[in-house]
Amino acid sequence: MDWDLVLSSIWPLLDGAVRGTIPLALVSFALGLVLALLAALARLSPRWWLSGIARFYISVIRGTPLIVQLYVVFFGLPSIDVVIPPWPSAILVLSLNVGGYAAEIIRAAILSIPRGQWEAAYTIGMPRWLALRRIILPQAVRVSVPPLSNTFISLVKDTALTSLILVTEMFRRAQQIAAFSNEFLVLYIEAAVLYWVICLVLSTGQGTLERRLERHVA
Amino acid sequence: MSPDSIAPPQPTGENVLEVSGLAKSFGGTRVLRAVDLTLRPGRVVCLIGPSGSGKTTVLRSLNGLETPDGGMLQAPAADLDIDFSRPLADATRNRLRDLSAMVFQQHNLFPHLTVLQNVIEGPVRVQRRPRAEVIDEARALLARVGLEARSDAYPAQLSGGQQQRVGIVRALALKPTLLLFDEPTSALDPELVGDVLSVMKDLADEGWTMVVVTHELAFARDVADEVLFLDDGVVLERGAPDRIFTAPREERTRRFLERLMRPF
Ligand SMILES: Nc1ncnc2c1ncn2[C@@H]1O[C@H](COP(=O)(O)OP(=O)(O)OP(=O)(O)O)[C@@H](O)[C@H]1O
Ligand SMILES: [Mg+2]
Repeated sequence: MDWDLVLSSIWPLLDGAVRGTIPLALVSFALGLVLALLAALARLSPRWWLSGIARFYISVIRGTPLIVQLYVVFFGLPSIDVVIPPWPSAILVLSLNVGGYAAEIIRAAILSIPRGQWEAAYTIGMPRWLALRRIILPQAVRVSVPPLSNTFISLVKDTALTSLILVTEMFRRAQQIAAFSNEFLVLYIEAAVLYWVICLVLSTGQGTLERRLERHVA
Repeated sequence: MSPDSIAPPQPTGENVLEVSGLAKSFGGTRVLRAVDLTLRPGRVVCLIGPSGSGKTTVLRSLNGLETPDGGMLQAPAADLDIDFSRPLADATRNRLRDLSAMVFQQHNLFPHLTVLQNVIEGPVRVQRRPRAEVIDEARALLARVGLEARSDAYPAQLSGGQQQRVGIVRALALKPTLLLFDEPTSALDPELVGDVLSVMKDLADEGWTMVVVTHELAFARDVADEVLFLDDGVVLERGAPDRIFTAPREERTRRFLERLMRPF
C-alpha cells in the first residue's frame, strides 16, 4: 500500500467533496424539494390536467435511469443546439430526479395526516391553503423526514455519476489521480471510504433530527 | 369571571338557526331524510339516537363540513338564507361556518402546536384579531377549565379529559354564535367524563346556544331545553327532556332509551 499516495491524494479528494460533491448534493436537494412539493400538490389537485402533468413527470423520472437522464441533457441536447455546461446540467438533472422521488414521499406524507386534522382546520375557519400550510404540512414534514433523509443520502452517492458528464466532484478527482498514478485500487477505495464517512455523518444527523421532531407527537 | 373572558353573544330575540327539511345522501343511501331544527338563543338542544341515525351528519352539515343536498337553513342574525337544493357557494359556506364552532369526539387538536397555539390559531390566523388580546382571552378561557398551567404543553402530554377541554376552549376562542358538540365524552375514560360535562353545563348556564350529540342521559336531562330523538335520518320525536325520558311517545324512542339505561 502506497501510504504517501493515500496521504497526498486525500486533500484533492476532500477538496472535491467540499467544492463538488457536497454543494452539488445540497443545491440539487434544495431545488428538488421545491419541485417535489409542487409536484406533490399538483398530484393531489382535483384539476385533472394538473395532476396529470405531475403524474407524467414523476413517472418519467422514476422510470428512467439517472445516467440516461444525465446523458440526454449533457450529450443529447447539444444536437439541437442546447448546450448546458457540466455543473448546471448536473444540478438540473439531479434536482429533477430528487423532485420525482421526493414528490411521492411528500404526497404520501400529506395523505397520512388524518382527515380530522383538515376538518379541525376548516372548522376554525381556515381555507384549504391555510390549512395545508399551517396544519397539514408541518405534520407531513415530520412524517417525511426519515424517507427524505434516505433520498438525500442516495443523492450524495448519485453525484458520483456526474463525473461522467465531466463535473469535477470527488469521484472525478479520484479518477484523474488514479489515471495519473496508475494506483486504481488505492484511489477508488479511498473515494469509497470518503463517501461512506459522509453518509455515516448524514445518518447520524438524520437520527438526531428525527428524535427532535418526534418529541411532541403522540 | 375575568373581563378578558369570552361571553356568549347577546341574544337578539331572533332565532340563531332555523333548519327545515335537511336531507343528505351518501352515494345513494339517504342518511338524512328531513330534519327540522330551530335554535333559540341560549337554548341547548341534545341530539340522541342510535348509531348511524345521522346525528354526526346533522352537526357536520351545520358547520359546513358536509353539504346537504336538500333543505333550507336560515340564520336571521347572520343574514344567512340557504337553499341546499342549489349549489352552495364557498362564500356562503364560510359564513355558515363562522356562525358555529365544533367540538369533535376525537378532539382533533393540532399535535404540533401547544395548547395555547391551538387555541389562538383561528382567532389570530383566520380572524386576524390582535395577538396580544387573543392570548389574554385564551389564557382566561384556559383558566376557566383549569388548564392555565398547561398552556405550553403539547396535546399528547395531556389526558383525554384535558384534551377535550382544550378542544372546547379552541371552539370558544372563535367567539361563535353557536357551539356544536359531537359526543365530546364518548372517547373518554369514565372518570374523566365529569370534568368535561361540567364545563359544558357551565357554558349552558352562561347562556351559550348549543347543539350536543350525546349518550349522557343525565346530562341531557339536566342541561337540555329540548331533546331530539333521531332515527334513520328523521326526527322521530322531540320534546322537553323530562317528557322524552319519562314518557316517550314512540316505541323506538322507548326501546332506545331502555337500552341506554339498561345495556344488558
Ligand atoms: N362520508 C360518508 N360517506 C359515506 N357514508 C357516510 C359518510 N358519513 C356518514 N355516512 C353514513 O351515514 C350514516 C349516518 O352517519 P352519522 O355519522 O351521521 O351517524 P351517527 O348518528 O353520528 O352515528 P354514531 O352514533 O355511530 O356516531 C351512517 O350509516 C354512516 O355510515
Ligand atoms: Mg356520530
